[in-house]
Amino acid sequence: MSEIPGDLKFLKSHEWARAEDDGLIRVGISDHAQGQLGDLVYVELPEVGASVQAGTGVAVVESVKAASDIYAPISGEIVEVNELLNDKPEIINEDAYGEGWIFLVRPSDRAELDELLDANEYEELAEKDEH
Amino acid sequence: MTEKTVLNETHRALGARMVDFGGWDMPINYGSQIEEHHAVRRDAGMFDVSHMTVIDLHGPRTRDFLRHLLANSVDKLKVHGKALYSCMLNEQGGVIDDLIVYFLGEEFFRLVVNASTRQKDLAWIKQQAAAFDVQGSTSVAGGRMPGATDVQGSTSVAGGRMPGATDVQVKERPEFAMIAVQGPNARSKVIGLLHEVDRSRIEKLGKFAAAAAQGPHGMPLFVARTGYTGEDGFEIIVPQEHAVVLWEALLAAGVAPAGLGARDTLRLEAGMNLYGQDMDETVSPWEANLGWTIALDEGRDFIGRPVLEAQKAAGVKRVMVGLVLDDKGVLRHGQPVLTANGTGEILSGSFAPTLNKAVAFARIPAGAPGDVRVDIRGREVPVRVVKYPFVRDGKPCEGI
Repeated sequence: MSEIPGDLKFLKSHEWARAEDDGLIRVGISDHAQGQLGDLVYVELPEVGASVQAGTGVAVVESVKAASDIYAPISGEIVEVNELLNDKPEIINEDAYGEGWIFLVRPSDRAELDELLDANEYEELAEKDEH
Repeated sequence: MTEKTVLNETHRALGARMVDFGGWDMPINYGSQIEEHHAVRRDAGMFDVSHMTVIDLHGPRTRDFLRHLLANSVDKLKVHGKALYSCMLNEQGGVIDDLIVYFLGEEFFRLVVNASTRQKDLAWIKQQAAAFDVQGSTSVAGGRMPGATDVQGSTSVAGGRMPGATDVQVKERPEFAMIAVQGPNARSKVIGLLHEVDRSRIEKLGKFAAAAAQGPHGMPLFVARTGYTGEDGFEIIVPQEHAVVLWEALLAAGVAPAGLGARDTLRLEAGMNLYGQDMDETVSPWEANLGWTIALDEGRDFIGRPVLEAQKAAGVKRVMVGLVLDDKGVLRHGQPVLTANGTGEILSGSFAPTLNKAVAFARIPAGAPGDVRVDIRGREVPVRVVKYPFVRDGKPCEGI
């Protein structure tokens, strides 16, 4: 498993959230999650402009093996989605914490970030999950 | 307790992601399932299928027994080594399992059955074999079954047999491992590893036939030109103690390890059923597109035959079809299939790497289905009903 960047926060359901310098929150799924799912073949992206609630499903990633809902780690408005994933969903397999981001949120309440797991807590959870 | 094949450590050393598959700890992939799929379609890949069950049947009445046990007719097996695909049915015509039977001698047939059905298959076969012995003995007096009134039958009535001896001995062979090597270059890569004296003979081995050969260091192999991918290749039965050496030799010969994930997408593209998903004991072969495996040959009294004949006369209410999704999305097991005649269900469904879109088998109400849609998480998506296989010998089939 690749190193988990220390600036990320996580949901137990394996989504990561990164606070960008401009105050927006970038969201993706963890490297652990992509490994569990296997080769991704399809990503259903949310609409730009849609408002999302923390903890509710906003996107779907499908691997050969399974479909998996992606939950919003934070409430707010979708301001951008990663259109590259339409043609190359496998970017998530290759670079889950970088090029494989899924959507960008303008948060309505940044305090929600504090409720998420930090990188160490998530790593512990992922390790347990491995076996 | 999870069972492990003799290759378990080998898979882990190759970085396999392991999953529980019907009680067996098996590799789902060694990195990318899609790359493994392509390796089999384009070159050669290998699967550890040692979890599958080998059952040997011996005895003078084995062929007669198999005439009774299997829905396909072992009378098609005339040449030693020849193989036959068949369903094993219950009295209601439901599928207990699908299997391959090899004809290895007049008194020796080999069955390869699924891993997930091992216990019930063994119990069923033993139960049927015991009942068959009793029938066989009485039938000598009644003359019910031609071919059963043989020397063996007569002696058994005369009490000349050992106590507990049976006409058909059922013997599981857990000491065997099995490696499937599949792909356009699979056969040549395997043949290169065989003892020189065996090479030309195995080169000429016909499809759906098997023969013994010597592998690396003279290890004894049972090489069958069968598979579950829609590609040419071999399924090799090898004594467990030689399996790791054989695997390593195949790896060195350029055969790519492939996991059960790729095996599933390959067999789906090839139009091959998966037991438990595409058919089970509640499904008749007519409803699982396995009519071609039912031999209604004159006078053969096989288990389930009366029900199958009645179903054939009346017509079945459900049929199995192939579906192709041209839009984005993935068809998956359990999704509802909406047709003009009512709702059906997806059986096996997946993204098909060779086609770069999703395909599926579905069981739907019989009759012209009209415009068919699949309910993918609340969204109704139009699909095409097609004849499958979807892929054969590396290429998409016509109309897919």
